[in-house]
Amino acid sequence: MKNKTALLFLILALTALLIGVFFGLLAALQYIIPDLLKDYIPFNKVRPFHVTSTISWIVLCATGSIYFFITQIEHLKLFSSKLIHTHFIIFIVTGIGIYVSFLTGKMEGREYLAYSPILTIPILLGWILFGVNYFKTIIQNVKNWPVYYWMWGTGIIFMIYHLSEAHFWLIPNFREYFIRDISVQWKSYGSFVGSWNMLVYGIAIYIMSKIKKDESSARGKTVFFFYFLGLTNLMFGWAHHTYIIPTQPWIRYVAYGVSMTEWILLIYIIREWKKSLTKEDKKSYCMAYKFLITADFWVFLNLILALLFSIPAINFFTHGTHITVAHSMGTTIGINTTILFASVFFIVSKINPSFKINQFAVKYGRNLFRISLFLFWITLLIAGVKKSYWMYFSENIFFSEMQDSLYYVYLAIFVFGMGLAISIISLGTVLIRVLTKTLKNQENLVLYSATLLIIINYQY
Amino acid sequence: MSNAKKNIIVISTLIVIFSIYNFSVYNLRDYKQPVKLSSKAIQGQQLWQENNCWSCHQIYGLGGYLGPDLTNTFSNPKKGKEYIKTFLNSGIKSMPKFNFSEDEKESIAIFLKYIDSTGYYPNYEANFKLNGWVELKYKDEE
Ligand code: HEC
Ligand code: HEM
Repeated sequence: MKNKTALLFLILALTALLIGVFFGLLAALQYIIPDLLKDYIPFNKVRPFHVTSTISWIVLCATGSIYFFITQIEHLKLFSSKLIHTHFIIFIVTGIGIYVSFLTGKMEGREYLAYSPILTIPILLGWILFGVNYFKTIIQNVKNWPVYYWMWGTGIIFMIYHLSEAHFWLIPNFREYFIRDISVQWKSYGSFVGSWNMLVYGIAIYIMSKIKKDESSARGKTVFFFYFLGLTNLMFGWAHHTYIIPTQPWIRYVAYGVSMTEWILLIYIIREWKKSLTKEDKKSYCMAYKFLITADFWVFLNLILALLFSIPAINFFTHGTHITVAHSMGTTIGINTTILFASVFFIVSKINPSFKINQFAVKYGRNLFRISLFLFWITLLIAGVKKSYWMYFSENIFFSEMQDSLYYVYLAIFVFGMGLAISIISLGTVLIRVLTKTLKNQENLVLYSATLLIIINYQY
Repeated sequence: MSNAKKNIIVISTLIVIFSIYNFSVYNLRDYKQPVKLSSKAIQGQQLWQENNCWSCHQIYGLGGYLGPDLTNTFSNPKKGKEYIKTFLNSGIKSMPKFNFSEDEKESIAIFLKYIDSTGYYPNYEANFKLNGWVELKYKDEE
């Protein structure tokens, strides 16, 4: 194994996750003690830190995994190893740029992408390099692509498009018309999530087919049908975010129709795959398998939730409450993070077969992860239901009174969030340790440290 | 025809529809009465973004949830412009104590006024249909 840059992406991703979880806890803390950190790090700083870090975890881990699979498992010769190095350096430098932008208060971006919009240029550049390297490599070496190659390719292209679309507000013709502006903004976010889901679900299908040692589940007609269904949703299904905005009704009609088909995708594939899985195979990738099963459970829960609130009459009441947060964290943690943990455990089992998976931290970490996430999710739903009740069925109660009455619910969110954080930290540190051990004495660790040194020098 | 070709045909078809669709969305008008932001309102929007008001407040229910939704604060008979301006530098509860000048307060208020003129949230007079559809009440309807 020569090229270790893929592993550097994974280490960077896990680092972002740990940072993200830390800020998540700080954010939850402000719900129960509003004054405590307000003067040092108010919620409007903490939230972007949290959200941007956790999104970076998803995107970076997916990127690293894909690079790893094509180079180290498929043994395809990468079109250019210079490009992957450049991609990594651009991302790590931009990542630090984002934190600097937050720390210095230069956050003139919008929700989810609050950093200075100029930083989007290198991010886009990184994705373009990834795209070039990916397509050149796959087109040269692979005939008759299994579905995951299509999914990754689509994910990269749409990521570039929707990341750009999320910045259309910089164009006066968009920002001057409020309804158009806010609609396009949330359109881009919906499709942006759809794009990383293409990458992450592709990874899930890839790992499954490897565990099963059977490519047919990644080549059949059904799986391609679901891929196209997912793509249709990525393109047209975003508008359930904006049902309540006074846009033209046809946009909402389209979205209502399209979103009803969503989510069937992954659950079907996993169900099918589980049916035919033999016991022995399961053992050899135990942890990866277990995490995929957990993802299956969360797909199921979120499927029900998402299908329900894609119905406008239900969305009407859930919109603008923590039910939305339950959905976003339920999917980003329950599905995306779980699949990506499966991916990293799978990768670790490949590079370091002697890695003992029954370590205390991993075993208990995973159990704590599942239990606390479930409780965390339920409490978010409760907070959402209570707020919805306040909005639509109560009168003359101030916002602050409603918030105060939710004190114990918010306390529970913090406590369960703490459990979740502990579990993620223990799993994350175990994985970081294994990955860095593998990298030790390798040239790329030198690259990593050199980059860090350059940046640190640059800062001063 | 090879599978790859078939896939490319399906994807191309989707992309063509997507382009037409995007074109319509990007040229979207408000339902009836288009509202164009004045330069003062744009300045307010800039302040709204630079200070991440959206991380605690929602507009049309979109944003963070630590603070209240502000879509219709401006036209609320109990609230309105002066009320909004008073809150800005107050440092109430978890809201940071901002240090806006009178001019900046004014532009934020104007921005919220523009938002207010586009519609209702929560949309208390929406109409529910049996097929799960919700007909919104728009601002310029009686
Ligand atoms: C850290 C969170 C936070 C940030 C950031 C924040 N606010 Fe607030 N804001 C609140 C909270 C909480 C309240 C409700 C206080 C109460 O009712 O007790 C509030 C109340 C308000 C109100 C009164 C709303 C009403 O209906 O009573 C206005 C107006 C307002 N904020 C505007 C802004 C603007 C403009 C910004 C950005 C410059 C901003 N806020 C940033 C938390 C925040
Ligand atoms: C481990 C403990 C965690 C805690 C305590 C926590 C807490 C929070 C809080 C308080 C918010 C803000 C909600 C609001 O505006 O009121 C939030 C938002 C969010 N979190 Fe977390 N979080 C945690 C982990 C994670 C992880 C691991 C991910 C993803 C991998 C994640 C993804 C998100 C996303 C995407 C949002 C934005 C939600 C939205 O806008 O709807 N969080 N989180």
